[in-house]
Amino acid sequence: MNNNIPWLILVCPLIAAACILLFTRRAPSFSAHISVFAVCVSFLGSLVAFIVPYSDAPNQLSWIDLGGAFRVPIGLVVDPLSKVMLLIVTGIGALVHIYSLVYMADDKGKSRYFAGLSLFMFSMLGIVLADNFVMMFIFWELVGVSSYILIGHWFTRDAAAKAANKAFLCNRIGDFGFMLGILLIWSATGSFGFSAIREHIALLTANPAFLTVAALCIFCGAMGKSAQFPLHVWLPDAMEGPTPVSALIHAATMVAAGIYMLVRVYFIVSASATAMAVIAWIGIITAVLAALMATQQDDIKRILAYSTLSQLGYMVSAVGNYAPEAAMFHLFTHAFFKALLFLGAGAVIYALHHEQNIWRMGGLRARMPKTFWTFAIGTLALMGCFPFSGFFSKDAVLLAMFHNNGWIFVLGLGTAFLTAFYMMRLVTVAFLGRARTENAEHGHDGPFAMTTPLQILAVLSIVAGWSFVAGPVFGKPFVERLEAGSHTFWVPMLAFVAFAIGAAGGWILYANQPSDPVLIPVFKKKFGIDEFYCLLIGGTQELLAKACRFFDKWIVDGLVVRGLSGATLGTGLIVRFFQFGNLQGYAFLFGLGVVALIYIIVFVH
Amino acid sequence: MLNLLIFIPLLAAFAILLGVAPRKTALLAAGSQLAAAILLFFSYDRAGAAFQFASRYPVIPSWHLSYYVAADGLSLVMLLLTSIVTLAAIWVTPPVERRASLFYACLLFISAAAAGAFASQDLFFFYAFHELALIPTFLLIGIWGSGERLAAAWKVTIYLALGSFILLIGLLDLYHSIPEASRTFDMIELQRAVIPSSAQSRPFLLLLIGFGTLVSLVPFHSWAPVAYASAPSPAAMLHAGVLKKFGLYGLLRLALPLLPEGAKHWTGLLLALLAANILYIGFVTIAQRKLDMMLGYSSVMHMGYIFLGIATFNVIGVTGASLLMFAHGLSIAALFAISGMIRERSHTLSFDSLGGLATPMPFLGLAFGMAAFASIGLPGFANFASEIMVFFGAFRTGGSSLQFNGLQLATIGGLWGVVISAVYMLRAYRAIFMGAPSKAISGWSDPAFSHRWPLVLLLASLIVVGFVPKLLLSYLRPAVEALLH
Repeated sequence: MNNNIPWLILVCPLIAAACILLFTRRAPSFSAHISVFAVCVSFLGSLVAFIVPYSDAPNQLSWIDLGGAFRVPIGLVVDPLSKVMLLIVTGIGALVHIYSLVYMADDKGKSRYFAGLSLFMFSMLGIVLADNFVMMFIFWELVGVSSYILIGHWFTRDAAAKAANKAFLCNRIGDFGFMLGILLIWSATGSFGFSAIREHIALLTANPAFLTVAALCIFCGAMGKSAQFPLHVWLPDAMEGPTPVSALIHAATMVAAGIYMLVRVYFIVSASATAMAVIAWIGIITAVLAALMATQQDDIKRILAYSTLSQLGYMVSAVGNYAPEAAMFHLFTHAFFKALLFLGAGAVIYALHHEQNIWRMGGLRARMPKTFWTFAIGTLALMGCFPFSGFFSKDAVLLAMFHNNGWIFVLGLGTAFLTAFYMMRLVTVAFLGRARTENAEHGHDGPFAMTTPLQILAVLSIVAGWSFVAGPVFGKPFVERLEAGSHTFWVPMLAFVAFAIGAAGGWILYANQPSDPVLIPVFKKKFGIDEFYCLLIGGTQELLAKACRFFDKWIVDGLVVRGLSGATLGTGLIVRFFQFGNLQGYAFLFGLGVVALIYIIVFVH
Repeated sequence: MLNLLIFIPLLAAFAILLGVAPRKTALLAAGSQLAAAILLFFSYDRAGAAFQFASRYPVIPSWHLSYYVAADGLSLVMLLLTSIVTLAAIWVTPPVERRASLFYACLLFISAAAAGAFASQDLFFFYAFHELALIPTFLLIGIWGSGERLAAAWKVTIYLALGSFILLIGLLDLYHSIPEASRTFDMIELQRAVIPSSAQSRPFLLLLIGFGTLVSLVPFHSWAPVAYASAPSPAAMLHAGVLKKFGLYGLLRLALPLLPEGAKHWTGLLLALLAANILYIGFVTIAQRKLDMMLGYSSVMHMGYIFLGIATFNVIGVTGASLLMFAHGLSIAALFAISGMIRERSHTLSFDSLGGLATPMPFLGLAFGMAAFASIGLPGFANFASEIMVFFGAFRTGGSSLQFNGLQLATIGGLWGVVISAVYMLRAYRAIFMGAPSKAISGWSDPAFSHRWPLVLLLASLIVVGFVPKLLLSYLRPAVEALLH
């Protein structure tokens, strides 16, 4: 019975989504509660799965089975890595579902929203539990779909529709590489199960160039899902979705799937030093660029989105610096404090009637104390302030960089400084000082179902980094590996200094400012990357499409086919015959065929 | 038993022409056809002989010409597809203003012809049944089409007739290249014939062009988008969903088993053409500004993936290709059905003049979304399961070399095609269904409940097979293995 629990965890949200789609679309509140119930069951299941030790692996189903030639199993892997991820996904998922009950209470598309959330939970849990590449890819794509549905929830707004498409396409581009990587690994090893590949890893390592290409292709998938440079552009736009979605999907879980996947297949990517270097650099470049962009944004959710990009960059870079444990540790703490920050931002947006510009806020500390204090905790954790959780995990990441590559370490420190700076800017402008608008004067804390998740997440954001919490969660071997590297006093010290300077800078520049005293257009315009892509797409894809359409219409259809068909028959007569005629023409040809057939039968036999 | 699938629609068509209530009769016939197909599907004994439900009536004994039908797993799946799409197409037919009885009779003729072609095991009837479908196609487009319907009707008929003609020459050539002792019209018997490899390449090329034209293989594709855009939606559903698969089915049934060396000889050409189907047509599709043209081109594009599966020449890829025939048939039928419903209300399918339809019509929005996601290969739908098999089939024998062979290069193109499909489908979805609804459409509403069932039927079939592809694969695999032996 025990080994059916992972199946229960996985399937519950799917049943909820199907129920809502088929039966309860017209009963939004009921739909919402089905969805909440399902995620709670999954969370309880994850707790049981976490506590109860396993004797055997869960049953495997086979999805495609072509005898010996080809078999795609649907099997679940329950190991320390997936157990932690289950807890994060279902735990934060449950809190976000509950929070959504309030946030989306009066939404017209409530049923659709909760069906989407449940579909997301199903897909995400599938990624976490997948024991082979194809199954992971299946759920990987489904996560993309649910993200598309939820970003585009308010589809009558053009920006939301656009953002949903952008997110889906960026992910698809990444998945192009991902699938190719899976195919390459399959062509070399003949398998796509993680344990089977591990057994046949020698077949891959035998050809280092091939391995590097395969590993980088796999990494492409992570670049799409975890929004790494240069595929990062979709994540900030994804903030067009409802804020709880941003918290769950675009901060805590889905975007972390790329890191989770890299850690899951670490034994493959780490075999190629080149691939690892690329991963490390892509990660840190994303971290720095996103942090720079974050310093000049005015939309509270966008600031947090860029910060998510930046932190994801940290995690990716940690994997590339041979520290998957540090990446997972940071993923773990980041999930809590970033979900907290988004839900806190959501509480502010909700209270201020969908105001998202921080320069139209101010003075919320007094009016929204619960929101403010929890938000402040999340901020300190994100900045990496001792003894909040982010300090420890960021320290682990920086340590890995320190040991592996000095330049990356310096950039990592720079990112830590920038993080402290832009978060201080955000808090100072939005929460401190005086209210800048009428809306901001009437802000107030949300109801119970909204503040409770904030408080729970705040507690977790504090303690998640402490070893007596993280230790049991991750298990002993993991912690040992995490602490195996030689520790140096300098790394945490420098990280703390970066935090202190950044936070102080943010305070000095932004305390009691009526408007932004700093203006750096290149950061505000996000380095013009979006514009560049627009030009690029316009110059390549659209141009090519138009050229192909022209060619097809005038050359293929107009000249070649008609000419060829005339030429192959030796005469244009038949064609002309049809153009004059009516059904007779066709009947003629049909008759000709029949006559020819009969001729053959009679004379050949 | 198998005869029912052919003669129920055929007799119903004649009955309708003689004055029986058209819609009710057609629905009844399509329903019984589907019921019979399902019954056959489940009574097929997978442990027994490959070809079952055989019935044979000598037509001209001295010429060894007989009406001969029998079904293996591949035929059964195609027949299932035929009857599902037939029922859906007849069901979604809106009130027909002119000559309703001829309209329904034409649809039933196409269905009977397709079923006949998929069930026939006699070369003559195999060819003749398909030819039979061309006349009703012509009439459907010529009489009830939209836009320049006559031009479109002529274009498709001439193209397909020429394609069939080349196919006929190919079949004759194939027949001639068989050693005299084993010449027969019996297609099952024919599988045992061994054609000297030197004689295989010409007939394969002719068959590839002949069948290829029917499947809109580039550069013989330009009939398809025009025809589908102009055809009334039930006709487009039947043609794009079912009839077009005849060419692929023929390649699988005749060219692969009889001309394996010929196939190998022309692999390079086939790969180049199918890559053009995917990438070149993919870009043409992106540039379309009208839903019907876009769907027409997208259906041309997706044929490339089926050709890719065939070009792998292994069980994984070819089984994937045959499953994709089924999946594509259902998904394109659903898309054409929805585009027909939109056209009924708006009288235009241009992206620029549509928008926000999901607000007044949430069901149609959902259905289109699902059908679009199915057609661009999202997991959960049958298309994904098939495409993944095609891709894995193509990389089956790769080894660990970065010197990609042609098949792998074409597959990489195919993978990029998946991105291209997402570009145009999502763009269409956004243009038509998303955005703020204009005042003009606020009075529109979803189709009535009774008209939603055909879409539910198509989408549910896609989802069931997508979740449990084994349902069909257990039928397809033995058939494909026999074809590839």
